[in-house]
Amino acid sequence: MDSTEIAAHIPRLRRYARALAGDSDRADDLVQDTLERALAKFHLWRGGSDMRAWMFAIMHNVFINQLKQRRELALDEAAEARLEGAPRADSLELRDLDAALKRLPTEQREVLLLVGLEQLSYSEASQALNVPVGTVMSRLSRGRERLRALMSGAMPAANLKLVK
Amino acid sequence: MNDITETDLHAFADGQLEEARRLRVEAHLATDAAAAESVRIWREQGEALRALYNRVLNEPVPQRLLAAGARRRRWPYYALAAGALGLSFGLGWMTRAYRADASVETAALPRRAAVAYAVYAPEVRHPVEVGADHQDQLVKWLSKRLGHELRVPILTRQGFQLVGGRLLPGRTGPVAQFMYQNAKGKRITLYVSRHQAGPRDTAFRFSQEDKISVFYWIDGTLGYALSAEMPRAHLLDVATAVYSQLSP
Repeated sequence: MDSTEIAAHIPRLRRYARALAGDSDRADDLVQDTLERALAKFHLWRGGSDMRAWMFAIMHNVFINQLKQRRELALDEAAEARLEGAPRADSLELRDLDAALKRLPTEQREVLLLVGLEQLSYSEASQALNVPVGTVMSRLSRGRERLRALMSGAMPAANLKLVK
Repeated sequence: MNDITETDLHAFADGQLEEARRLRVEAHLATDAAAAESVRIWREQGEALRALYNRVLNEPVPQRLLAAGARRRRWPYYALAAGALGLSFGLGWMTRAYRADASVETAALPRRAAVAYAVYAPEVRHPVEVGADHQDQLVKWLSKRLGHELRVPILTRQGFQLVGGRLLPGRTGPVAQFMYQNAKGKRITLYVSRHQAGPRDTAFRFSQEDKISVFYWIDGTLGYALSAEMPRAHLLDVATAVYSQLSP
């Protein structure tokens, strides 16, 4: 068992958190809370099982709790909009993608990011979100179709092509 | 007709099908333009997400994350974490609890260096910000940011080539990290920080930080730490070379 592995996951946790939470300060808060939880719960990690899925599972729980707390704080829409802020992005198409992503329901966004961005297997995503693989697949399907509709509504479909 | 499901199409787009099934889906897509278009768009969505967010991998990790778990008001976590004694825990504890006490600052150096090693040495795509092909610019840039002229040791006789370097946030200002790699892909990092507790020298010291071996010393206002995930005896040879080149 090697706890330095936790530190090694930080860059990827930050990438996922940035896409999930949008705002970079909120994303790093999410990573920080995840790391604290991971350290506190490290003795519960079953050595040999997939540490990456385990870390993403902790982040999922922390994120859902944060959302609940935010809802309890009853943030008004203006505050929500401020939190979402203006993303720094590299091109118009990518900014649109970022905006479209934020309009997906959380459960669809999480699956889309774990599979599409982090390239987890469906079984790892199912562990990370603590739902059956079938649920992962149905959320993935709905999320991808919704993203496609959002993107094609915002612009001609041809613009989805990425400028690398 | 055929038995290709939408789940198969997603798994095809994500490269998660076994070979026989993959070939069947591929054959199906040749005859089903709408399905082929969906697969194309799903793949583009993934590429677009990675293009948008991959830059985060290359950003320096904020010190507060390296020190995560160290917020004092949450100290009860420490007791729980103590069994696992993560490096981040040790790092935060040393830096937050004791501030700039000179001897403790020295003791924190190998921990910080080991954490920075653990974070960047496994990186495949972005281990450094500036590569060795721009060595002059790299050294000039890092020297300017640290406010001290830096030198990069040559370790080719020990079998290690410079990969490049990056700037990291440190508790007492910016830190430079140089990374070397040998033919087997084994990596070593040299962590250089400004030592602010007044100029003082220390002897060449060793610290074992979990699996990571660290040799470190203070030379005037600079602290050096050489880290690698290898046994002490193997790293000693390289560390001796670095020490003799930088602090003769």
